[in-house]
Amino acid sequence: MKQLTFDVAVIGGGPAGLAAALAAKEQGATRVLIIERNLELGGILQQCIHHGFGLHRFKQELTGPEYAQRFIDMVCRTDIEVMLETMVLEITNQKQIYAINQTQGMMQIDAKAIILAMGCRERTRGALRIPGTRPAGVFTAGAAQRFVNIDGYIPGKRAVILGSGDIGLIMARRFTLEGAEVKAVVEILPYAAGLTRNVVQCLDDYGIPLILQSTITCIHGKERIEGVTIAQVDQDWNPIAGTERDISCDTLLLSVGLIPENELSSQVGIQLDPVTNGPAVDSNLMTSIPGIFACGNVLHVHDLVDFVSQEAETAGCAAAAWASEKQYSSTRIIASTGKPGPCCPTSDSIPFDGVANECCATWGSTQIIIKPGNNIRYVVPQRICPDKKTTLYLRVRKPDQDVSINVGELKRMKHTFIRPSEMIKINLTPELLARHQSDYLDIHVVKEMVHHD
Amino acid sequence: MIKTVICTVCPLSCEVELTISATNEIEKIMHNRCPRGKSYATTEHIAPRRTLTTTVHIEGAIHSMLPVRTYEPIPKELLHQVMQETANINVTSPIKMGDIIVRDILGTGVNLIATRSM
Ligand SMILES: Cc1cc2nc3c(=O)[nH]c(=O)nc-3n(C[C@H](O)[C@H](O)[C@H](O)COP(=O)(O)OP(=O)(O)OC[C@H]3O[C@@H](n4cnc5c(N)ncnc54)[C@H](O)[C@@H]3O)c2cc1C
Ligand code: SF4
Repeated sequence: MKQLTFDVAVIGGGPAGLAAALAAKEQGATRVLIIERNLELGGILQQCIHHGFGLHRFKQELTGPEYAQRFIDMVCRTDIEVMLETMVLEITNQKQIYAINQTQGMMQIDAKAIILAMGCRERTRGALRIPGTRPAGVFTAGAAQRFVNIDGYIPGKRAVILGSGDIGLIMARRFTLEGAEVKAVVEILPYAAGLTRNVVQCLDDYGIPLILQSTITCIHGKERIEGVTIAQVDQDWNPIAGTERDISCDTLLLSVGLIPENELSSQVGIQLDPVTNGPAVDSNLMTSIPGIFACGNVLHVHDLVDFVSQEAETAGCAAAAWASEKQYSSTRIIASTGKPGPCCPTSDSIPFDGVANECCATWGSTQIIIKPGNNIRYVVPQRICPDKKTTLYLRVRKPDQDVSINVGELKRMKHTFIRPSEMIKINLTPELLARHQSDYLDIHVVKEMVHHD
Repeated sequence: MIKTVICTVCPLSCEVELTISATNEIEKIMHNRCPRGKSYATTEHIAPRRTLTTTVHIEGAIHSMLPVRTYEPIPKELLHQVMQETANINVTSPIKMGDIIVRDILGTGVNLIATRSM
């Protein structure tokens, strides 16, 4: 078996993998590798031909392929190695990667640091248990997006979309523009699951009905789908008898959510967060296995690729620092003064020569555990190093308005609107965190008193 | 009169509030988190425009479709006509990101450009 060694090996060549590899390179990692199973770099962005990417990062509204191309071009100008059409099958806690491709066969890649950037996959109908037959014509919205945008094949003429996630909304518009009829988007929640902008420009613009608090109770058709039955649901999401009606269609698209792709992570025993379904990480985005980092949709599902790139840079810098520190591991002193060494490398300071940053990898006393409180669904990272500049990414459970998000006693951030579909970002500095005494930091939403005139 | 326009320029989706006078003039714009929201809401009130993103056929590339877009937003009512226009386009690889696929599409003054190299 072919054996290779790298400082930093990145699994996945989507926006997260590309930005992480670039940051690792910039931070001084000598040998950086990207492993991608597809025949090209760019990840899911290559099929997201709609615009709306990069406004925060590039101050320009780009399409998915344009955003990806910018990072691909940057990678091409470096000596980062790229392996395409190569699938990672397994990773070990010794940071060995087993990967396979047609030309080289099975390979063992030893890395000082690994960055997980495998993205996410779509929930499928099987996971949803809709009664009825199993005819052809039922696709996930992302699969349909690939058919239409990459292969140029429109899989149907009359579609119903279950779930109002962003991909479903985007595909409603795409189908309509391609001359197909979208009968309805059916959503179980009392509000759209996707971004408001997508409801406005993908449904409202084309007069496509969004049917809320409803679900599909039956799929009809033998060979090909012929229609669906929809019904309203009660508070417990049970269909209400008597509200059923049939809609005829030849295609059903499922846009019912994404789950981080963590087969490799759970195989190797990385601790996962039950809410995000991604690894639990610290301020360096390091997982429970020292030297293995995670970023992008594999960590938690993002709606803004700009945040993906930013998050990936944090992981890339930290991984490079980890890899460079490993070179000195034989001469490392672990906090012999009794004081903990500088916690965690930061993007602007590589850890001191010979001083361990082991505290990143543990649940030790130098870390603050984040507690998601009232109306907070999750926060990433799950534990933070008080000595490091940390960006918190969080999502709320329910939409609300005129609220503030409190970070313990440290910070109070006012928001006119909060929605589960929109990720919120909060920056914390070491100066601010120095004021925090407890091992826990509670993040919660409180209602603001406002006077409307 | 108060009119709410949801800014679609970026995913933050600000609910921009316009105060409209009796003569249909914009008097005040509020709740936009950045200046782009102001110009978006203004155009949306006067004459809505949209950026169109779609694909055209390509020969000799790794995929059979090339993603394209209008360089700038075009009048909303022309979207379907532009789709008909692009349905019969066939280009040949190599194409570079930013290459003009159709100049001044339907006399809008806006070019249709490739959004990736292929
Ligand atoms: C339909 C859709 C619409 C979106 N719309 C917007 C938008 O309008 N604006 C916006 O800002 N953001 C949008 N996003 C979000 C943004 O595109 C994603 O958050 C971003 O692509 C995630 O990047 P990633 O690198 O984590 O994952 P991906 O792009 O999924 O990349 C992961 C890569 O890892 C590879 N991989 C996985 N497993 C392995 C393995 N075992 N071995 C080798 N390679 C592997 C995959 O092939 C893939 O290339 C959208 C996302 C989707 C899905
Ligand atoms: S106003 Fe600015 S921040 Fe708000 S949605 Fe529009 S572009 Fe985004």
